[in-house]
Amino acid sequence: MSTRLQKGGRLIDRSKALSFTFNGKRMKGFAGDTLASALLGADQMMVGRSFKYHRPRGVVASGAEEPNALVGLGTGGRFEPNQRTTTTELFDGAVTASQNHWPSLEFDIGAINDKFYRFLPAGFYYKTFMFPRFAWKHVFEPIVRQSAGLGKVPQNRDEDRYEYAYAFADLVIVGGGIAGLAAALAAGKQGKRVWLIEQTAHWGGRAVVDGVQIEGTDAGAWVKEAVQALEKMENVTLRTRTMASGLYDHGYLMAYERIADHTPGDGRPRHRLWRMRAGHIVTATGAIERPLSFAGNDIPGVMLASAVRDYVVNWAVSPGDRTVIVTNNDDAYRTALALLDAGLVVPAVIDARPEAKGELPQAVRARGVRVLEGHGIAKVKGGKRVTGVATCIQAGEGAELEQIACDAVAMSGGWSPVVHLWSHCGGKLIWDDKLAMFRPDPKRPATGEDGAAMVTAVGSANGILAAQDVLADAHQAVGGKGTAPGAVSEAEEPLIPVWIMPQGAGPALRFKMWLDPQNDVKVSDVQLAAREGYESVEHTKRYTTLGMATDQGKISNINGLAILSDSLNRAIPETGTTTFRPPYTPISMGAIAGEARGEIFQPLRKTPMHEWHETHGAHWEPVGLWRRPYCFLRSGEGVHDAVNREIRQVRNSVGLLDASTLGKILVKGPDAGKFLDMLYTNMMSTLPVGKCRYGLMCNENGFLSDDGVVVRLTEDTWLCHTTTGGADRIHGWMEDWLQCEWWDFKVYTANVTEQYAQVAIAGPNARKLLEKLGGMDLSKEALPFMEWREGVLGGFRARVHRISFSGELSFEVAVPASEGRAFWDALIAAGEEFGVMPYGTEAMHIMRAEKGFIMIGDETDGTVIPQDLNLQWAISKKKEDYLGKRAQERSFMASPDRWKLVGLETLDGSVIPDGAYAVAEGYNANGQRNMQGRVTSTYHSPTLNKGIAMGLVKHGPDRMGEVIEFPVDNGKVVKARIVDPVFYDKDGEKQNV
Amino acid sequence: MSKAVSALGGVSHKGFVEVSEAGLQGMITVRGDLSSAKMKKAVKAATGTAVPEARRIVIAGDKAAAWMSPDELLILVPYTEAVATVAALEEALAGEHHIVADVSDARAMFRIKGAKASQALLKLCPVDFETLAEGEIRRTRAAQVAAALWKSAEDEFSLVSFRSAAGYVFGALEVSARTGSEPFPA
Repeated sequence: MSTRLQKGGRLIDRSKALSFTFNGKRMKGFAGDTLASALLGADQMMVGRSFKYHRPRGVVASGAEEPNALVGLGTGGRFEPNQRTTTTELFDGAVTASQNHWPSLEFDIGAINDKFYRFLPAGFYYKTFMFPRFAWKHVFEPIVRQSAGLGKVPQNRDEDRYEYAYAFADLVIVGGGIAGLAAALAAGKQGKRVWLIEQTAHWGGRAVVDGVQIEGTDAGAWVKEAVQALEKMENVTLRTRTMASGLYDHGYLMAYERIADHTPGDGRPRHRLWRMRAGHIVTATGAIERPLSFAGNDIPGVMLASAVRDYVVNWAVSPGDRTVIVTNNDDAYRTALALLDAGLVVPAVIDARPEAKGELPQAVRARGVRVLEGHGIAKVKGGKRVTGVATCIQAGEGAELEQIACDAVAMSGGWSPVVHLWSHCGGKLIWDDKLAMFRPDPKRPATGEDGAAMVTAVGSANGILAAQDVLADAHQAVGGKGTAPGAVSEAEEPLIPVWIMPQGAGPALRFKMWLDPQNDVKVSDVQLAAREGYESVEHTKRYTTLGMATDQGKISNINGLAILSDSLNRAIPETGTTTFRPPYTPISMGAIAGEARGEIFQPLRKTPMHEWHETHGAHWEPVGLWRRPYCFLRSGEGVHDAVNREIRQVRNSVGLLDASTLGKILVKGPDAGKFLDMLYTNMMSTLPVGKCRYGLMCNENGFLSDDGVVVRLTEDTWLCHTTTGGADRIHGWMEDWLQCEWWDFKVYTANVTEQYAQVAIAGPNARKLLEKLGGMDLSKEALPFMEWREGVLGGFRARVHRISFSGELSFEVAVPASEGRAFWDALIAAGEEFGVMPYGTEAMHIMRAEKGFIMIGDETDGTVIPQDLNLQWAISKKKEDYLGKRAQERSFMASPDRWKLVGLETLDGSVIPDGAYAVAEGYNANGQRNMQGRVTSTYHSPTLNKGIAMGLVKHGPDRMGEVIEFPVDNGKVVKARIVDPVFYDKDGEKQNV
Repeated sequence: MSKAVSALGGVSHKGFVEVSEAGLQGMITVRGDLSSAKMKKAVKAATGTAVPEARRIVIAGDKAAAWMSPDELLILVPYTEAVATVAALEEALAGEHHIVADVSDARAMFRIKGAKASQALLKLCPVDFETLAEGEIRRTRAAQVAAALWKSAEDEFSLVSFRSAAGYVFGALEVSARTGSEPFPA
């Protein structure tokens, strides 16, 4: 039975009792508890089940390395699965639930898998693919789907807020143990801008629990003083509950601050993701204890030795009255001492080493504890909790010598430095034979832009375990002046590596030796993978799923690769480690999203008339980051009806289009004409001041990229209109050519897209409407088609262009954006007598299609050249060069067999589906039907009251009148006649009045 | 000019700092040779200031000149003076390769006021506010959109964004300034 001790617990406040529930059962803990310590204090040894075999799982560790004790935490909008109880602080009213079982934690149907472990070996999932096809679909897939997954998916919207924050520092020290504190003190005194971040809520790390003496006082007192000294330094920033999750190039460090996990609903953001730029990073991230591989090492009650003493010292939690300790090193004896100090019983210390005569073992012996040298655990007894252990000779095969009754087992297989941050950006490791650990290789660190080390590992993270050496290392690593703080701790004899206990264990025992208790990977699985030919540690990881669980193998990786090395009969450094990737421990999706949710999920660009549209039935369409009205719905009206009404209004009277989103780029300078002649396929340098010209832009490969009306403003200034989506892209394109290629051109550009609100006033009554506003002569004589004038129109500073995309008499008027809404209101008011109404993008698209005008993105898709669209009239023959010219002269581009633009008219008046292909005779080499064309735009034309379309058809312009076939859904074939793409007012009489 | 309205009509929000849309602001883009005598004279006439050094803004009363790039400045004048200032700049720079563009209506301007103003901004802008010097302008981003900012008074920052994104920027500022979310509460 685990229980709360009467005395002690340096982190808990017994005056503040907190209540919480686990699987609906009310439990009590104290302020300062983690969920894990509170659960253990309430005798909840078993807290979940494993992923594959549904074996009972209990708390193993006391920190970030915990693989087992994960719970669903919270309810509703604050529910989150897979919360690590060892790092989650207890709060009053916490609702927790165990995971991965059905129907209950105590009785679980899935545990039957445990009996069939022989049929669920490593690579089980992949092996299922090798069965007959029906077996996967009908047998394995349903089983895998049923049993896969860990925890429940949240069903509600997250109630919390999250945010980013950016920070800059000369030095970021990760880890607030004595190494981090010593480094911060030394660096802080040098005046450097220092951040010291610690993932838990407490400073001091292991040293405090381990009874280290620093500067003549106990570690706890020294830590307190160190923190107070650091708090006084203005150049030092201290953060607890902040975990450095990843290190990236150029000292870019990501840190995850858990602001309100322990105070849910207090109004603060829940998490904050710090994005820090650090001149240098010191990792003082400590080390993680390794388990030992003996049979039954996954039974609840088997814990890491360091965790056992953490629970006793920090939270006054006893793992049970009797704890057997099993170890290959001296450090685990500290756990024996901590247990004895708390008045608990240590029936035996089982030490795999032939001899244990160090200071610590002797101290333990002196207190009357049996030390079994050269021994191991043959098997742990118990099911849902430990009831005892059977001992054996470590050198043997596991013959049971003795049974020792106990409630818990504290195991220690040595320590692995936390090298994750060191490794994220390329820092290399070396294998230390003496300590049996991978530690940072100081000769091969991650480097910064200057080629110098970007990271320095100190203390235990650097493979230095003794407190006095830790402090010296940390002090020296940051160039500390004077001597480092001095420490005293017990001397330790060397460990011996133990990867299997006992070393000669047979298959029956190896089947029950867990490496990765969350994903159920055992010694036997890694050995099987090796037998099946897996040599690379990365492949073995994926095949066996070792280290692929939510803990990313923090306690299992080294043991696993040692087993793999042993099976392949090679040295551990030859096998190497798997890649360490961020984040160090899982971070919330909310923190990754930061502030970007709801209204500010992504920028929504609005024109000055946006609000008017919103209040007048706008049916929105996203265009880039803009929203443009697709049409304006009136009450009771469908989208199709609205579009038809808007088109009829423009064709018969006058309508308004908010064209403010069109790109507008000023191009000015002595070489501006030359520059535009290179950019556009047609001549822009010859455009007279006061006139407009439609132009096409291609990329270097000849493909049509953008189009728009170019306006000559003055002798050396042009205004280039682009498509809505092309505004920023084309401006960047221009600057790219000017800055990188044609740097000798004297040209300046300015993107003035947003300076102007632009409105198209289109329809036979357009001029009458504008004349009502007054102030400018807009007669046919004063402002002919394809010209522009500047003036004051109805009191607005306006530039009026006579251009038409609808085929009607049309003006596009640009006014300062700040006056855009007022101008729009004025147009609506003045147009009342003409029944004026706004029209949306769909009406605009249909009207241009009726006129046979192409649309970038419809008729073009990055593979279409202007010649395909019969736009030769807009390609200058006089020019020596323009972007795309040479590409268009290549044989394939010049081929007469390219599909070309035509109009398509269905025989039955129906609308051809968008993107439909026209079939040709015969089949290609792949047995597919040959094609001869495809639809690029297709609409119902309310003007002509029939389906109209444009498409690209092989030899299309030479085949006028011919009928081609478009097979559509369900064997249906639509027949369409090839016609001129201009369906409406071919001579342009309507726009030229 | 009574018809002219700023993007958000001067909306404001008070959290641990106050964020507000500053209303209409005259802004003019000038590109050219920043070292030329004509440019110096033109800027002096427009704002009363010298041509700013790289990454600097020089403020004189309600006018200012800010460095945008090695060949670009942003001139700030009262909104009602923008048109006249454009004309004056054009005249002063005549004969020299340049561009002058009125961008007053293409932008939105915000003020972030309070002792912890930088704490709201450092959630959105990757800027080292501790080392941001007096008179320094920073072209950066506010979350997902382009922005420029500078310290415009004691405990006050000004931030400029594109007009179309004004609602987004204000929303992001409002969230970032909410009471209780100070990254450095003490």
